[in-house]
Amino acid sequence: MTPQDPRTTDSAMPLDPMPAKGAKESGGGARKATPDIIRPYGDTTGDGMVQVSFTLPVPHDKRAEGAALQLAAKMGLEPALLVHAKAMGPDFTFFVVYGSAKHLVDLREVKVVEREFPLLTPKDVNAAIKSRMRRKLVVVGACIGTDAHTVGIDAILNIKGFAGEKGLEYYREIKVVNLGAQVLVPDLVERARAEKADAVMVSQVVTQRDAHIHNTKAMSAAFREAYPAGQVPLLVVGGPRFEEGSAPKLGVDRIFGRGTTPGEVASYLVHELAQHKATQEKR
Amino acid sequence: MNPLLDLDPATVRKARSLARKAGRPVVKLAQSHTTVSVERATLRLAGLSGADHERVPWVNQLVDRVREDVGLEHGVTTPVWDALRRGEADDLLTLAQKSASGSVSFRLPGGADATRARKAARTAVARGIRTIDKQRATRDRLIKRHGDPKQRPWIYLIVATGDIYEDIPQAQAAAREGADIIAVIRSTGQSLLDYVPEGATREGYAGTYATQENFRLMRAALDETSKELGRYIRLTNYASGLCMPEIATLAGLERLDMMLNDSMYGILFRDINPIRTFVDQRFSRQVHARAGIIINTGEDNYLTTADAVEAAHTVTVSQLLNEYFAKEAGLEDWQLGLGHAFEINPEIPDSFRMELAHALLARQLFPDAPLKWMPPTKHMTGDVFRGYLLDGFFNLVGAMTGQGILLVGMMTEAVVTPFLSDRDLALQNVRYVLGAAGGLTEDFHPPRDGFIQTRARQVLGEAVDLLDAITSEPGKAQLLEAIGDGTFGLMKRPADAGKGLDGVVERAPEYDNPAITMLEEGATK
Repeated sequence: MTPQDPRTTDSAMPLDPMPAKGAKESGGGARKATPDIIRPYGDTTGDGMVQVSFTLPVPHDKRAEGAALQLAAKMGLEPALLVHAKAMGPDFTFFVVYGSAKHLVDLREVKVVEREFPLLTPKDVNAAIKSRMRRKLVVVGACIGTDAHTVGIDAILNIKGFAGEKGLEYYREIKVVNLGAQVLVPDLVERARAEKADAVMVSQVVTQRDAHIHNTKAMSAAFREAYPAGQVPLLVVGGPRFEEGSAPKLGVDRIFGRGTTPGEVASYLVHELAQHKATQEKR
Repeated sequence: MNPLLDLDPATVRKARSLARKAGRPVVKLAQSHTTVSVERATLRLAGLSGADHERVPWVNQLVDRVREDVGLEHGVTTPVWDALRRGEADDLLTLAQKSASGSVSFRLPGGADATRARKAARTAVARGIRTIDKQRATRDRLIKRHGDPKQRPWIYLIVATGDIYEDIPQAQAAAREGADIIAVIRSTGQSLLDYVPEGATREGYAGTYATQENFRLMRAALDETSKELGRYIRLTNYASGLCMPEIATLAGLERLDMMLNDSMYGILFRDINPIRTFVDQRFSRQVHARAGIIINTGEDNYLTTADAVEAAHTVTVSQLLNEYFAKEAGLEDWQLGLGHAFEINPEIPDSFRMELAHALLARQLFPDAPLKWMPPTKHMTGDVFRGYLLDGFFNLVGAMTGQGILLVGMMTEAVVTPFLSDRDLALQNVRYVLGAAGGLTEDFHPPRDGFIQTRARQVLGEAVDLLDAITSEPGKAQLLEAIGDGTFGLMKRPADAGKGLDGVVERAPEYDNPAITMLEEGATK
């Protein structure tokens, strides 16, 4: 097990006392045991203190302040302290409230979905491609079917990127071919072959009557038909309407949902393609 | 004002002359080509608007039909007004409709027919030019009546709901809270549409479509608010992407006051063909010059892709190029909202001093331009409290270095679209800093050869070196070679690739475009 194994740094660790195979016993055992039930910490253990701010659509007056305290109580803040109220124009009021949250957190019930690959910086991605593949990683992307909304694919591929992260075009070791909107599946297959694509990325943003599912299935079928078994490029689809975990059903390798950043996609590509390479070498 | 930086005047002159040298071949290229969008913009000036039942604008239909019949090498207007003279239709709209159904054939007239067609085209296009002139006069009158903002920098706020009827009350509220300039962000992906959508629009993605009707509605609403507040509220949109010339034209016709308009942004960040961009760029800047519109350039984008310290000089180079292209197109200094941004990693020692040095360098290189100062985005982490502090320091640099236009930073940058309260907090931040420290320009004189002066000189030196390298590239248009090589923002954009290339046409010697002629002559008839 590698030191990057996310479980070794998970805060819920004490709930899973089984030591990793081969891992050294921790030396001092100085780490304080975390209780299973916790509350927020303001300045004293167990005080439950939190701070929230929000706006209500009412003019600023006594009633508005009462309304803010009512909301705080319903949010479980007791006692709540209204520390700031300010009119936002004639029809709105902004509040800052401090209070003790009466809710308890049970750490045993916390479930964490782990990413199956480590998140790398662009620098690490470039270095990994360079050392493992010794050539550029080729990505061909498109919106297929009638979908003309390139927002998703552009957010991942264009240098401009998304959420403060640059798109794959920014990565020196990745060659990006973005075919844009309304690309026909046969054209996508042909272009992927011509470019010797390592990965094919398809975005489906606007969809009706499950068009995104039909399109994706048609795409994966076309690729499996056109390529010899085991040599199909990595098929990746993205869009807000795909179900997590439905990749095998759709015949693709990975699905990315809303809020995915280019860095996650790049890290995934490196993780997968390095693995593929390793298994291919074993054959 | 005493110069704050002690820049070597010879170096500054050299930087400008290198920018001219890099830019001139590109201008020649722009003068020898036209694009479908330039031709469509010309038809819009002649009054053609609207779209068919499939929402394809008539200007697109007409330009495409003319291109199929006789090509665009001679410009769209001569064959179009020749067809009108031959009685193919009573007016431009009918001609467009008939041509769409294939019942009009176009020809290239010769001799006296050509002269008469050109004259008729000029008369029609002149009406659009005069509308732009009238709108400019109206703006001047309204500014006189309501007044300019009391403080500098002017405060620039963004609204973007996707729905123009939601944008309007938000924009009015923002103006009441203190914004001097309202920018309506465009829907994602509009830059790659090769047509301008029609009508009032209520659905956009992360922004609202730029349409003539949306422009008109928002300007009318802000005119009301200007009257209410006793302060002329300026309206901003984006003249960029594949329809840049048309959007610039619509902005002139509907009295927008500022337009985002960068010479290289579309090439680098949207993969639009370089020649298409430079041709469209020149026409749109000529329209902006005529309309009295202030352009905002996009240098901040370089710093979001590259490191803000290492790439500081690319901002200066781009500002110099933008200045050259702008002035060549007839824009004056007061119309050049050259961009730059507060994007240095705050973890780096002396990051604030470097920000001051870079901002002062821009201020001193372009003393008469209303520089546009852009807030941090790259190092906004989601920690809204730290972000609020960073925005305060950003505002402080703006106040200390006499920036012209300040885009208000939001602590929720990269988290959510701003809440109502986020906007209010952001404006409080700006007001506090400008009120408390706006007068610092009077006291703040960086010491001779100190950190700030030295850093500014270093950046200017690197800018000159880069311009030197660009102008020593081989080939006829070195700047295009440099763009193809990946000199800017690490992206390689060759001149024979990119979106919109098929809309570029080399002009024939008889090419005629009455709009360009009148814009260059300053004529009204």
